[in-house]
Amino acid sequence: MTTLIEAPPEDSDGLLPAKKKSSGGGLGQYILIRFLLIFPTILILVTMVFFLMRITGDPITAAMGGRLPPNQLQQRITAAGYDRPLIVQYFEYLGQLVTGNFGTTLSDNRKVTEMLTTYGSATLELSINALIVALLVGIPLGMLAAHRRDHVPDAVLRIFAILCYATPVFFAGLLLKLTFSVWLGWLPVAGRARTSTELALTSLEAPTGIYWLDSLRSGNMAALGDVTAHAVLPAVALGLLTAGIFLRLVRTNVIGTLGKDYVEAGRSRGVSEFRLVTKHAYKPALIPIITVMGLQIAVMLGGAVLTEKTFEWKGLGFQLATYLTARDYVAVQGIVVLLAVIVATTNFIVDVIAALIDPRVRY
Amino acid sequence: MSATEVPVPVANPRESLLLRLPVVSHVRQSVGLQRGMLLMGLVLTGVFLLTALLAPVIAPYGFAQLSDAGGNFPAQQAPGGKHPLGTTVGGYDVLSRVMWGTQTALLVIVIAVVLSIFAGVILGLVSGYIGGWLDRILVVVADAIYAFPSLLLAIVMAIVISGGQSSLFGGVFAAAISITVVFIPQYFRVIRAETIRLKAEPFVESAKVVGASNLRIITRHIYRNATRTLPLIFTLNASEAILTLAALGFLGFGIEPSSASEWGFDLSKALADTTSGIWWTGVFPGLAIVWVVLGLTLVGESINDLNDPRLRGRKRTKRRVPAAPAANAAPGADHESRNQ
Repeated sequence: MTTLIEAPPEDSDGLLPAKKKSSGGGLGQYILIRFLLIFPTILILVTMVFFLMRITGDPITAAMGGRLPPNQLQQRITAAGYDRPLIVQYFEYLGQLVTGNFGTTLSDNRKVTEMLTTYGSATLELSINALIVALLVGIPLGMLAAHRRDHVPDAVLRIFAILCYATPVFFAGLLLKLTFSVWLGWLPVAGRARTSTELALTSLEAPTGIYWLDSLRSGNMAALGDVTAHAVLPAVALGLLTAGIFLRLVRTNVIGTLGKDYVEAGRSRGVSEFRLVTKHAYKPALIPIITVMGLQIAVMLGGAVLTEKTFEWKGLGFQLATYLTARDYVAVQGIVVLLAVIVATTNFIVDVIAALIDPRVRY
Repeated sequence: MSATEVPVPVANPRESLLLRLPVVSHVRQSVGLQRGMLLMGLVLTGVFLLTALLAPVIAPYGFAQLSDAGGNFPAQQAPGGKHPLGTTVGGYDVLSRVMWGTQTALLVIVIAVVLSIFAGVILGLVSGYIGGWLDRILVVVADAIYAFPSLLLAIVMAIVISGGQSSLFGGVFAAAISITVVFIPQYFRVIRAETIRLKAEPFVESAKVVGASNLRIITRHIYRNATRTLPLIFTLNASEAILTLAALGFLGFGIEPSSASEWGFDLSKALADTTSGIWWTGVFPGLAIVWVVLGLTLVGESINDLNDPRLRGRKRTKRRVPAAPAANAAPGADHESRNQ
């Protein structure tokens, strides 16, 4: 939050002793402190999720209640240890988490960690694709909007940005599916690949689970085409959500840098307006994007859950929705905790990158 | 939350009360594109509110009505005739469900925002005023929640509260409270920051000297000053509430179709229709969501921009308006980047 671009500090000579000190050992210390901050964040979220999910009862009753006779239900609860005091269970759970044991899902009896690694790669692939779409759409359009500030393109693009935000991912997905899959028939309706492709890719030696990477590695061009065709619509649906935010951010920041002296100097030397935007004003305007990207990861993961459900993209979000319907709260808790770890870690990385780029961030 | 700390413009006290009302004064202040966006937002929001109020009168059928005097409604009928927007798989009238959905949406917005303002303001005031360990713990917790995907948090809350409850009020409250938990950190941060700033102001010090109790200082002196910017966050969060409600409904935490109409739920049911080319069951509830969110966002964004002199559009002078200083890295970006 503190890292959105600020006006440069006045004391740029750096002669003040306090200033010197902080710029000396500052970075290492900053990274260390920032790294240590990950743990309380994760701990708080894990604690919250654990207690919230257990207030209402034990997971076995939730999943099996009504389907098993009461004495069998009680037996299973005792066997799993859910009848012990909550606080004992909590510390046991924490201990398990530290050793990487997330438990076993109730509905299909799989190890949660195994489930996470299987489906995590699909979500990762979707998020990367979406991020690419967001950057490809957001940055150039943002520059265009800044360039044509207060003119028709700017107005149109600002409405477009708000529309991007106002359209729920699943509705965008539904519209895309209707248009490009059902009416035009250009792209597949759902899934990550054709069954044959999926079989070919999963039977590879040590598959990464990221399909385009796998098909590239095996040199299977037909598979690559198929995977790409399947990836387009989900990536666009999820990417547009973020593209609107990037667009506005780039617009505001390019407008800001366009007023700077060095841009004015370029203009007075006769550099074209287009070149000023694309070469001079654009790079400094990208720094805030990196910091906002940290928050966007959280948004994207939330959006990924909805996108995956819309396109039957078999990733973590799709599984989450399935487990939610099955009331398998052990699995839900596992996914939520994993996502908490991912969010906390990416935020850390983003903050470090921001600090490396912009020394003013370190404090 | 920098954008929310920009002082609200003080209207000329001689102007009539009507002209000094928040939205009215903003419309007067605005020009050109900005005014167009604000007015468009007001119109969209107005239609939404009117529909919510008048739904029982203007909706052709009930939200759970499956038949009328002429017999059962046909399933998946294309728009036209007795059903201007068609019917769903279950035989519901799409137009009626879209209209009744406004009521559910409005209820959830109001409950969610009121609850979160209530909780967020109290926590923020106490945390900011008392400070110390309590403050530090609350800040860390709020930051942790804030950084987390809000949808997941809402899902966890929905599990806790409803366990899949489906009555109108059960469902609405479950959704509203789930959304509340997501919003509390935002209000908390804003109010806390304001409180800390105000705590150092001379008028608080004088109140202390006079012997006012802490409770009185918080409730009388700080509260009134710290909550100035809330209406703005209200508009921005209202749209987020709609999106979260729809997302919860889409994932199956909605309200059963027989107890209320909810757009996200209808959309999730419509997903299966798309492959057979049935578009009307999904497109109209979706458009309704976009309509409401767009309206609320346009109002919120315009007011945000108008409150910030650096972003306020002015009547064009001769040439290019001097560019805004770089200091405003997308006011409101802070808010936006949270949205899903």
